[in-house]
Amino acid sequence: MPRQIHLAAHFPGVNNTTVWSDPRSGSQIDFASFVHLARTAERAKFDFFFLAEGLRLRELKGRIHDLDVAGRPESLTVLSALAAVTTRLGLAATVNSTFNEPYEVARRLASLDHLSGGRAAWNVVTSYDAFTGENFRRGGFLDEADRYTRAAEFLQTARELWDSWTDRDLLADPAAGQFVREGAGEFAHHGRHFDIHGRFATPRGPQGHPVIIQAGDSEEGREFAARDADVIFSRHSTLEDGRAFYKDVKSRLAKYGRRSEDLKILPAVTYVLGDTDADAAERAAEIRRAQVSPQTAIAFLEAVWGRDLSGYDPDGPLPDVEPDLGEGVSKGRAQFRGDRAATVRQWRALAGERGLSIRDLAIETTARQTFVGTARTVADRIDEFVQTDAADGFIFVPHLTPGGLDDLAEHVVPLLQEKGVFRADYTGPTLRDHLGLGPARTAEETS
Amino acid sequence: MTHLHLAVALDGTGWHPASWREPGARPGDVFTAGYWTGLVREAERAALDLVTLEDALGPQSSVPLAFDHRTDQVRGRLDAVLIAARVAPETTHVGIVPTTSTTHTEPFHVGIGIASLDFVSRGRAGWRPQISARAAEAAHFGRRVLPELTPADFGAPETEALVAGLLTEAGDHVEVVRRLWDSWEDDAEIRDAATGRFLDRDKLHYIDFAGEQFSVRGPSITPRPPQGQPLVTALAHSAPIYRFAARGADVVFVTPHSRDEAASIIGEIRAAEAETGRTGAPLAVLGDLVVFLDDEPGAAAARLARLDRVDPLASDAEVFAGTPAELADLLLDRSAAGLAGFRLRPGVLPHDLTAIADGLVPELRRRGAFRDAYAEDTLRARFGLPRPANRYAAAP
Repeated sequence: MPRQIHLAAHFPGVNNTTVWSDPRSGSQIDFASFVHLARTAERAKFDFFFLAEGLRLRELKGRIHDLDVAGRPESLTVLSALAAVTTRLGLAATVNSTFNEPYEVARRLASLDHLSGGRAAWNVVTSYDAFTGENFRRGGFLDEADRYTRAAEFLQTARELWDSWTDRDLLADPAAGQFVREGAGEFAHHGRHFDIHGRFATPRGPQGHPVIIQAGDSEEGREFAARDADVIFSRHSTLEDGRAFYKDVKSRLAKYGRRSEDLKILPAVTYVLGDTDADAAERAAEIRRAQVSPQTAIAFLEAVWGRDLSGYDPDGPLPDVEPDLGEGVSKGRAQFRGDRAATVRQWRALAGERGLSIRDLAIETTARQTFVGTARTVADRIDEFVQTDAADGFIFVPHLTPGGLDDLAEHVVPLLQEKGVFRADYTGPTLRDHLGLGPARTAEETS
Repeated sequence: MTHLHLAVALDGTGWHPASWREPGARPGDVFTAGYWTGLVREAERAALDLVTLEDALGPQSSVPLAFDHRTDQVRGRLDAVLIAARVAPETTHVGIVPTTSTTHTEPFHVGIGIASLDFVSRGRAGWRPQISARAAEAAHFGRRVLPELTPADFGAPETEALVAGLLTEAGDHVEVVRRLWDSWEDDAEIRDAATGRFLDRDKLHYIDFAGEQFSVRGPSITPRPPQGQPLVTALAHSAPIYRFAARGADVVFVTPHSRDEAASIIGEIRAAEAETGRTGAPLAVLGDLVVFLDDEPGAAAARLARLDRVDPLASDAEVFAGTPAELADLLLDRSAAGLAGFRLRPGVLPHDLTAIADGLVPELRRRGAFRDAYAEDTLRARFGLPRPANRYAAAP
């Protein structure tokens, strides 16, 4: 039997992925939009529905960034509501380990797991960002080295809380007069980041622990995923990069006593379908241009250059000024934290070589499109990635809200089902079942 | 005759500690979505104004301010905001009011959670902020140490100072949440293709709150919710909490044990409103009652006595056991003291909730004291509150 593919849906919230100017683009905040995309994903038998997180509106040049879609709900709240309008779809929330506390996050995730009948997942993300921290009690400062140690201890503490109830602790036995077993929920964690003890007041959820997702590509992120995650959400969109990443991450599992199938590698991808491959390519180019408006192109450059470039023509050549490598002008946007001088050198070389304008360059370097072609081409390509060890499946990021997965569900998924590489129906009630994961490892096993 | 507001307070298997042992109780289902959906639909069937959902960041306890280690009562809860969101798509009119702690949570997270509940319920969200003075809950977070208090400490100056500090923080918390709800003007999303702007940044606002326990810069990440400001409620038993409610709430639940006491509490609340300089609509004051209802005279009292023999009920609110007609008499009598309505705490679920729907509500309707059906689209409107102007919007 060929390897089975895992598919997930990302609700396209805050970014310039979404083409909000398209007449088919709807609200990114009305509940009806979430219902539409989640029901599409469930109709297509996807593993799960995924929500990203942002806890501060982004800024450019000291002002709120006004070009991209912004405005999103609190993830766990909207996912709990979606549990009412779906029956099998996994529900994955991104929740930060820096601006939260384990007791509260563990009880909310366990609550979602109960309220959804075992469909909860947690994408554990970290932040040491003082900018975002300005909205929270703990503030923003955390040494870069501490972000993963806090995240790892946070997750471990959450596991201890989930394990503080066994499946046999909820008795609810009127005849015996006993509602809970003695000692249910007792915990004590004395660590570097968390020193807490008491009673965890939410019984163990149907999955034991929610599915754990991790989305970092750094060395620490890969190690964290190999040790702790059930799913890793990568950004490798070529076969070669995908295979290298796959091999690296899977090779790290053995030292934690885990098997290759215990960690699913799901790159985030986009797609564009057409009646012919050429038609799809043309549509893909149009979408890229819509994603990167002239104003967006200038804003991208400003974030890297660290200066006001509003006087430059987006259809003209790259700025002739050198970047200002000071503090930077973009806040809340992670991808520009790297070596900006090197980025500028690379971009100049690329633009020179290919004769690209500012907007062309922004399109070239920022708009990723993974699968472009007919439904057949895209289905074959997805299958090739999975059968050749470049991925275990994909998280699809559509460019339209909320109808952006409709054509994938209607045209591509049936082809994958025909090939026998994707389920025709759900085989179990829980997200762990969909992902083919065994029972949750206990806190003891992961410590 | 003006109609009463009627709310129902949902918690576990009901407010009697022995309720979970009753034949009709479903103690094994308390952690399922179906259990809560069924109860909230029952409240909606009776056209009640709202349901409240209790919560705490620790287990229930039969003693105040400490954990009792008992295993013979309902212990354990799901997050109230998530229960509220889970039942919202399965109902259409009833208001849904979860409780959150102001002591250990982040106001930013709570603010976007309640705003999101308002989106998923299409304008039916409320919120009951509540302080937590339990040392055991503080130990679950490890960020602050609170003293272990016993009933003997009640009234002591240290205890009052502690509660006053927690209430000040709670007041700040509510202020932050309300500012976050206003931090997006209603028309901040412009989708202006000509300039490439999705947002009008002049309609987004930093809230720049700085208090003793936290500061929050803003704006929210969640646009202004459908009601503008979801309905804020508080449960209050004493003057400091009346002042907290007067500063930040729209509706207050109180616990009078007589008509005279109801009148006197309302007087205290109006004084608190004056003292805190409250502007806008006065607080709607709802009286809390724990109710045991049976049609046959004497049956409810006998049932309560039987339950009390198993595990006696201790209650802050007055306990009523009788027939729906007797309860209607009592409610109308109390409402003459100035209460706008009542929050009923069913002693046993679903028995006493069903009795409210099938017995009390028809009785009040016969007397012209309760609505026949829902009329308003939002929870605020049900309390006669307009959709508020945004505090940050420039005057037109």
